[in-house]
Amino acid sequence: MSEENETQKPDEKPHEPLLDINGEPMHWLVRPMTIKLLWLGGIALLAFVTWLGTTVHPHAEFVIEGTLGFYSWYGFITCVAMVIFAKFLGVGLSKRDTYYDE
Amino acid sequence: MTSDVLISPSFILIFGAFLLPVVSGWARSALVLVLPLLTLGAIWQVGDGVQMTAQFLDYQLELVDGSNLSRLFATIFAIMAFAGGLFALNQKHVIELSAAFAYAGSAIGVALAGDIITVFMYWELMAVGSTMVVWSGRTPQAGRAAMRYALVHLFGGVVLLVGVIAYIQDTGSIDFTLMGAHSFATWMILIGFLINTGAPPLSAWLPDAYPEASWSGSVFLSAFTTKTAVYVLLVGFAGEQILIWIGVYMIFYGIVYALLENDMRRILSYSIINQVGFMVVGAGIGTEMAINGAASHAFTHIIYKALLLMSAGSVVYMTDGKRKCTDLGGLFQSMPLTAIAGIIGALAISSFPWTSGFVSKSMTNQAAYDTDMMVVWFCLIAASAGVFLHAGIKFPWFVFFQKDSGLRPKDPPWNMKAAMVLFSVLCIWIGIQPGPLYALLPYPTDYQPYTSAHVYEMLQLLLYAGLAFFVLLPMMKRKLTITLDFDWFYRKLAVDSAASLAQTTSKFLAGCVWIRDNVVNAVIDMASHHHNPKGVLARTTPAGVMVFWVVVVLFAYLVLYLFV
Repeated sequence: MSEENETQKPDEKPHEPLLDINGEPMHWLVRPMTIKLLWLGGIALLAFVTWLGTTVHPHAEFVIEGTLGFYSWYGFITCVAMVIFAKFLGVGLSKRDTYYDE
Repeated sequence: MTSDVLISPSFILIFGAFLLPVVSGWARSALVLVLPLLTLGAIWQVGDGVQMTAQFLDYQLELVDGSNLSRLFATIFAIMAFAGGLFALNQKHVIELSAAFAYAGSAIGVALAGDIITVFMYWELMAVGSTMVVWSGRTPQAGRAAMRYALVHLFGGVVLLVGVIAYIQDTGSIDFTLMGAHSFATWMILIGFLINTGAPPLSAWLPDAYPEASWSGSVFLSAFTTKTAVYVLLVGFAGEQILIWIGVYMIFYGIVYALLENDMRRILSYSIINQVGFMVVGAGIGTEMAINGAASHAFTHIIYKALLLMSAGSVVYMTDGKRKCTDLGGLFQSMPLTAIAGIIGALAISSFPWTSGFVSKSMTNQAAYDTDMMVVWFCLIAASAGVFLHAGIKFPWFVFFQKDSGLRPKDPPWNMKAAMVLFSVLCIWIGIQPGPLYALLPYPTDYQPYTSAHVYEMLQLLLYAGLAFFVLLPMMKRKLTITLDFDWFYRKLAVDSAASLAQTTSKFLAGCVWIRDNVVNAVIDMASHHHNPKGVLARTTPAGVMVFWVVVVLFAYLVLYLFV
C-alpha cells in the first residue's frame, strides 16, 4: 500500500510530460516555464525601449511630451483608462448575446 | 458617350460579375482571378482629367475622371477584389462572388467618378451589392442583418440624393469637387457620405451586418463601403473642421466597443470604425500631409484589415462557424499559418514599425502635430496605443492563444493560404519599402517614417499598451455578451413600441367586443324582455279582465259615494 503511494508521488516521475486539454503533450509555447520566461523577457524589453527613448534628443513641441519616458507611461495609463471606461460602460450596456433574439 | 480609355475599369468587374454564374469549375476560378487583374490594368491606363463622358438628361456625366487620389483608391480596390476572389475560390454560392464583384466595381466607379450624379449612381449600386453579400451569409440572422443594413444605406442614399438635387439646383453644376459644408445641400451630401463611414450616431450598422456575412463575404465587406466614403470626404470635404471631432469619436468608439466584444469578427468590425476614424480626422485636418496620411492609411488598411478578416474567416471556415472568443483559443497549434497571418495583420493595424500601418497612419498623427492641434494629437497617440490593445493583441490572443479550447482545426485550403500570404507579404513589404506607396499619393511627400525617435516612441507606446493588456487580463475575460448601441432604438425600442401598440390596439378591440357582448346585449335582452310578444309592456290582455277591473273600480266608487 505504502509502496503504491510512493510510486504515485510526482517527485518520483520528474520527466512526465505536461498534458494539454486533449491529453496530448503540451505545446512548448504554453508551458508554465515558457510563460514565465516570456514575462521576464517582456519586462526586460519594456525597460530597454524606455531606455532607448531617452537616448534620442527630445523634439517636444508640447511640454509634457518631453517628460521622462512619456510614451511609456502615456501608453500604459491611457490603455488602463480605456479598459476601465469600457468596463464602466459595460455595466449599463452589456446584455446577453441572445438579447435581440428573444 | 465619348471616351479616351478603352473601357471604364468599373465596367469590367460589374459586367464580369454577371458572367460568373454562367460558367463553372476552373473557368469560373480563372474569371475570378483575371477580372480584377484586367481592371487593375485598365485603372493604370486612366490618365489625369476627364477620360469618359456620357449624356444623361441635360447633364454630361464624367464617368471616368483620373487623378492621383482616384487612381490610388481604384488600385487598392482592384487589388482587394483579386485577393478577396482568391480567398473565396471555394465559396459554393456564386451569387456572393457576383455581388462582391459588382460591389467592388461600383466602388471603383465612385473612385473614378468626376461628377456627383455618377457618384450617386455607383453609391447606390454599392449598397445593393453589399446587401447581397451580407444576405449571402444564408442564415436567418444574416437575412435580418442584411435587411437592417439595406434600410440604413437606403436612408443614407435618400439623404445623399436630396443633397445632390439641392446642390445642382443651387449651383447649376454637377462637378464633384471640394464643396465644404456651407449650405443645406452640402450638409445633406456630407451626412450621406458620413453614414457610409460608420460615423455616429448610425455606426452600429457595420458591426451588426459584417460579421453575419459568410467566411469570405466579410473580407469583401471590410474594404469598399467605408473606404469609398473616406475617398469622397477627401475630395468633397477636406479641411472641414467638424470631421476632426467626428473622427476622434469614431476612434474611441471603436476601441471601447471592441474591448467589450466577444465575437471575433465583431471585434474586427468595431476596429474598422476605429481605423476609419483616423482617416476622417485626416480629412478634417485637410493639409497635404493629412490627406496623404488618410489616403495611404486607407490603402494599407484595406490590406491588413482584409488579412485579419481572412484569418478570422479561415477559423470560421475550418471550425464550422465558430466565431466567439469564448469558444476559441489555442488554435495556433494546429493552424500556424492562419495564426501568423493574423498576427502580421494585427501588428500592421497597430502601426508596429516595419509594417504598413507604421508608414501610413503616422502621417495623420504628424499632420495633427504639425498644425499644433494638441488635444487631437494626444487623442491620436492614446488611440494608437488603444488599437494595439483592442485589435493588435486582443484578436490574436483570444482566437489563437488564451486558454486551450481543445479545438485542433487545420490550416485552410491552398487558395485561402495563398491570399493570406500575399497580403502578409504586402503588409511587411510596404512597411519596409514605403517609397512606391508614397509615389502614388495625391501630394508629393518626403515624409520619413523611420527616424530613430519615431521608432522608439512607437515601440514604447505599443509595448506598454501590451503590458496594460496582460496586467488587466482578468478584466478582459470574455463573457457571452453584446453591448447595446444606437441600433437598440430601431432593433428594440421601435420593435417593442410597435409590439406594445399592437397589443394596446388588440386590447382596445377586445374591449369593444366585450362591450358588444355584455352591455349592448344586456340592453337588447332587457328591451326584448319587456317588449317581446309576452313582455309585460307588449302583451295583449283579454276583454274580460278589463270588464272585471271596471266593475272593481265602479264598485269602489259606489262604496265611497254611499259611505264616505
